[in-house]
Amino acid sequence: MEQIILKNLGKPDSHKLENYAASGGYKAIQSALKMRPDNIVQMVKDSGLRGRGGAGFSTGLKWSFIPKDPTIQKYLCCNADEGEPGTFKDRGIMDNDPHLLLEGMMITSYAIGASVAYIYIRGEFDFGARRLDAAIDEAYAKGYLGKNMFGSNFSLDIYVHKGFGAYICGEETALLESIEGLRAQPRKKPPFPALAGLYGKPTVINNVETLACIPAIIEKGPEWFSKIGTEKSPGPKVFCVSGHVKKPGLYELPMGTTVRDLIFNHCGGMLTGRPLKAVIPGGVSAPLLTARELDTPLDFDSLAAKGSMLGSGAVIVMDESACMVKSAYIINRFFSHESCGKCTPCRDGTPWLTRVLKRIEHGEGNPGDIELLESLCTNIFGRTFCPLGDGAVMALRGHLKNFREEFQFHIDHKRCMAS
Amino acid sequence: MLSEEAKKEIEKALRKYPNKRSAVMDALRSAQKARGGHLEKADMDEIAVILEMQSVEVNAAAAFYTMYNIDKPVGRHHIQVCRNISCSLLGAEHLIKHMERTLNIKTGETTPDKRITLSTVECLGSCGTAPMMQINDDFHENLTEAKVDEILKGLK
Ligand SMILES: Cc1cc2nc3c(=O)[nH]c(=O)nc-3n(C[C@H](O)[C@H](O)[C@H](O)COP(=O)(O)O)c2cc1C
Ligand code: SF4
Ligand code: FES
Repeated sequence: MEQIILKNLGKPDSHKLENYAASGGYKAIQSALKMRPDNIVQMVKDSGLRGRGGAGFSTGLKWSFIPKDPTIQKYLCCNADEGEPGTFKDRGIMDNDPHLLLEGMMITSYAIGASVAYIYIRGEFDFGARRLDAAIDEAYAKGYLGKNMFGSNFSLDIYVHKGFGAYICGEETALLESIEGLRAQPRKKPPFPALAGLYGKPTVINNVETLACIPAIIEKGPEWFSKIGTEKSPGPKVFCVSGHVKKPGLYELPMGTTVRDLIFNHCGGMLTGRPLKAVIPGGVSAPLLTARELDTPLDFDSLAAKGSMLGSGAVIVMDESACMVKSAYIINRFFSHESCGKCTPCRDGTPWLTRVLKRIEHGEGNPGDIELLESLCTNIFGRTFCPLGDGAVMALRGHLKNFREEFQFHIDHKRCMAS
Repeated sequence: MLSEEAKKEIEKALRKYPNKRSAVMDALRSAQKARGGHLEKADMDEIAVILEMQSVEVNAAAAFYTMYNIDKPVGRHHIQVCRNISCSLLGAEHLIKHMERTLNIKTGETTPDKRITLSTVECLGSCGTAPMMQINDDFHENLTEAKVDEILKGLK
């Protein structure tokens, strides 16, 4: 398939402005600056683009909530926190094609009337942050950013804000708190960021990959975009494949590609001769699929129908040597480590789950521990302030539902069934 | 005292935001770098003055994020091995044990010559090239035991 988001990956010095421009870059923003902002919002709505950060909300609709009053300061924040385990697509884009992200941000800022934009990049991505800083400098030097960019009436400043190790900063309101210099705990919604976001001003928060789709939508039109993928989840999607496959990595394919096609055709199949046991289709918050569900299309609605989710598009593949108790433990330990501490069910509940999972995993589980896990899940689910706590429960329930006998075996025999 | 370089970086960070407090993360990062990998109370007090915040607020901000090492000096080379799911599937635990043996320290410890600190971290967004680790700012990917030995030998 024609590559739209990853088109420049692998080209020499793809991160440099001259190379980006030589391959057709920075044309879309120049066309956009000649259009009316609300026409751009309409184009993005018509394209059907849904946010690639996890929730799958209509991007054009989100932009349309921004008040039109030109006297109000507005902000764009690019969510480059990329913390969902298994996910490495935004890093791929920023390291290799930072100007694609910048161009997407320029068009978005113009469409919503934002004169300042921040890129919130996770602290560990030092290389990517340096690449972005260098790309921003190049763009200013060319007059592509700053006052009257591209000789237009529009002015925009883009800044990089570096996180410093906290998964919760990927939650959009925690991200805003973090930029404001506060402890990054999620805010109460409403008010939604579109009305009262960064510094209390109307703010759009979009994922890196979402923004990277924008230049192509302007250039080739919403109809072209909406024909890729499925009707309800149009466009290309970058899948991050890891685990027990021959060729892990980033794959840009139409939305709706099946798990089987992705793993067995594009990724060269399983790493060794061992058969596939489970696949996490959308980052560790997404409940796993089993070998019987490989024909599931990878898109927002098909995965939701299976009780899972597309999330960040991180596809983690496990063969039969993988222990599901260990997987559940590692994933849960991650969530309890990253709980921000704001609400009790998550702050106290996730570490409790981790303690129980740890003892089962280490062959010290007690009879009744599975029921204990289930009742803890019931007490956390739906009662947390933000979706992190629910994510922890959904991931664990996915493991328990499909591999309960492995947990029981660990408890009964004090050892692992898989390895 | 913050180094001149750290102060310059803080000045630069302040230009990005409409309020001073927003520069706290960049300021802490610069201070930590200047001290060689950790933060002390004096740094946070000084940052509080520059950013017109309370010391406790600066401390609370720093304590929230895992990458700030408050009062916890690290070795010249801070090795952080990813222990999350994709790396684990491809043998991260094995590599961690191997490094503990080779360096003769446990995870969380620093070699007596202050050369190396060994820690584990959650997913670093390098899962397609697992298993992986970070040493100071640099990623090392597609690790094997032999590759790790080679890298450890190069850490002076
Ligand atoms: C705990 C948690 C972590 C999240 N982490 C990220 C992240 O790392 N990157 C991201 O783009 N969105 C993340 N999100 C989703 C954001 O809150 C938000 O929906 C998204 O950035 C919106 O952009 P989009 O509409 O372009 O997808 C996270 C959400 C939650 C609840
Ligand atoms: S669910 Fe967890 S991460 Fe979310 S607000 Fe509550 S404690 Fe914080
Ligand atoms: S799981 Fe190790 S880098 Fe993602």
